[in-house]
Amino acid sequence: MIGTMAQAAPYVGYVYPNETDIPWSVLIVIYPYITGLVAGAFIVSSLYHVFGMAQYKPVARFALLTAVSFMFFVPTPLLLHLGNPQRAFNAVLTPHWTSAMAAFSYVAGFYICLLLLEIWFAFRADIVALSKTTRGPLGTVYRLMTLGSDDVSPRALALDHKFATVLAMIGIPAAGGLHGYVGFLFGSVKAREWWSSDLMPIIFLLSAIVSGIGLLIVLYVVYSRIRKVPVDQDCMKGLARTMWAFLLVVLVIEGLELLEMFYKRLEGIDMVQRLIEGPIRYGMLIQWGGSLIVLALLTVLIVFRVEGKALVRGLVISGVGMMIAVLAMRWNVVIGGQELSKTMKGLLVYYPEILSHEGLVAVAIVFTCPFVVLWLITRFLSPWEPEPS
Amino acid sequence: MTQEDKKIEVKGSNLVRRNFFLRMLGIGTACAGTWVGSGNLIARAQSAETAAAAAPKIPDYDWNKHKWAFGVDATRCIGCLRCVEACKAENGVTQDAHHFRTWVERYVYLEGDERAHVDSQSDAQNIAASGSEKEFRFDNRYKDAKIEKAFFVPKLCNHCTHPACVQVCPTGATYQTKDGVVLIDHSYCIGCQYCVQACPYGVREFNHVLGVTDKCTWCYHRITKGLQPACVEVCPVEARVFGDRNDPQSPISAFLRNNRVSVLKPETGNAPNVFYVGIDKEVC
Repeated sequence: MIGTMAQAAPYVGYVYPNETDIPWSVLIVIYPYITGLVAGAFIVSSLYHVFGMAQYKPVARFALLTAVSFMFFVPTPLLLHLGNPQRAFNAVLTPHWTSAMAAFSYVAGFYICLLLLEIWFAFRADIVALSKTTRGPLGTVYRLMTLGSDDVSPRALALDHKFATVLAMIGIPAAGGLHGYVGFLFGSVKAREWWSSDLMPIIFLLSAIVSGIGLLIVLYVVYSRIRKVPVDQDCMKGLARTMWAFLLVVLVIEGLELLEMFYKRLEGIDMVQRLIEGPIRYGMLIQWGGSLIVLALLTVLIVFRVEGKALVRGLVISGVGMMIAVLAMRWNVVIGGQELSKTMKGLLVYYPEILSHEGLVAVAIVFTCPFVVLWLITRFLSPWEPEPS
Repeated sequence: MTQEDKKIEVKGSNLVRRNFFLRMLGIGTACAGTWVGSGNLIARAQSAETAAAAAPKIPDYDWNKHKWAFGVDATRCIGCLRCVEACKAENGVTQDAHHFRTWVERYVYLEGDERAHVDSQSDAQNIAASGSEKEFRFDNRYKDAKIEKAFFVPKLCNHCTHPACVQVCPTGATYQTKDGVVLIDHSYCIGCQYCVQACPYGVREFNHVLGVTDKCTWCYHRITKGLQPACVEVCPVEARVFGDRNDPQSPISAFLRNNRVSVLKPETGNAPNVFYVGIDKEVC
């Protein structure tokens, strides 16, 4: 709540007096996390739309809706965190361009527009059909959404597909840029030893893709259960391989970064070690333990060509596992970086609040919203192919 | 030290001493005012913001003609913390142990120790010793210890030539003036605290009442009227030196000419404008 400070963070060693008031709370943990889920979901849809991998077709349109539902809520944790949220547009109207943060609204705004456009092209035929069959206010909405174009001839549909492909092609670097940018926000802060790494954007991006694929797997299985339709096995096998590949690369890069850090043993490395063994030890355990378990599980699923219910179960466990592991990674970076004092002579411990506007309840609400919106959107625009009768 | 420099230093210190009692009187009054008004912190902070917005233009002050800088002679500091209290009173800084525009660190090497024991006035034991988060003192914890070396280091905003805080501000609410001071426009700050993260020296603090970041301004409201910053004014041992680098006769010019100075964390590339004498490799 504005006007009060959260409980001062306890510390050991020596920290600067102002550091006990931790600047970025758990809300800023959830911000890169949600952004990452968007990037991951979008990449999966692009595998079909751009690279023509037909096995991803069952989830391609659903992935787009997932991406946009989460994208809508990317700014929410940031706004809740601001001391003066009513002035947020200052950064939009008079951006200070040397600041990475000044680009946020433009990057995010561009990406939302891109997603909405791509969704429109991907769903245009459905929208036209719905506008002709739906009555009442909802029918009016569908008719407005056609933007006056109800041509669903094969030529028009082919053009739609072409536009969607081009937008998806632009979307890949945009998704990469959006999430690489979040990594840059942290990696460029030279004052924070734990953040200041050239590898931060690439680590953020790759882990984002892994968590996004995880989310998509879980959501796809849950939606299939609700719809009482079988899960597409080829699609699941493809998702397993994609997640495995990205996970492997991100683990290697993160591992190399830690190895280099400890090999070089620059000044302050003792305190970094104490950070890992201290305030973020459980976070690191969940991040690394979770990732390695999921990697092992995925390897088993792929090598032994597991199919059917076992594959689905294994993948749901992997998806949930990666979502948790990447959330822990975000915590370790955002909170861990602030728990390591700038004096390099002390460590702080951050305890999240529960009920304040920056507390865990607020985070839970913010994180629930995209799921609700996704549910509503899928009721409004079904991303699923009609079942063969 | 040249004869001229000595004259400047004596002249400067006489002026400081002469003004000291007057200023202390003023600060005492300000403290009393603060104490009386502390019941309604929000109203006070809001009125401060309104007052800042309505501040008249400073007559005859041309920021193109000055280049302010700050010197700290750590060999002189006695850790009395008058500077910390004066700063809080002068600038209405949040009255607790977690928000400071300036502070003092104590470095103590005990016999046989390779690393210094470091604390500041915010340390829980020191707060317990003072019995208040509004008055500060260092406790006597090393009374019976065998001390090899000990010294105090005053800290404040370095008003860097290449300030990382200004670089990261998304709105430009924090900016660098022509005379080399880094300030914050409280009416434009959105309170994202990116600048708090970016400052390598931990000098930025968050004002939870206004929802904006705050920091040392070198008492810009005073220096542009020819006065010294409050912390410099009250320092009884002249450990803090302030002045205009464009003026070769100023105390800071003499300080820089006559001492071998260093800056904190030069590797950040921020190029600080607070220059230190008598600090140790352990100083962080």
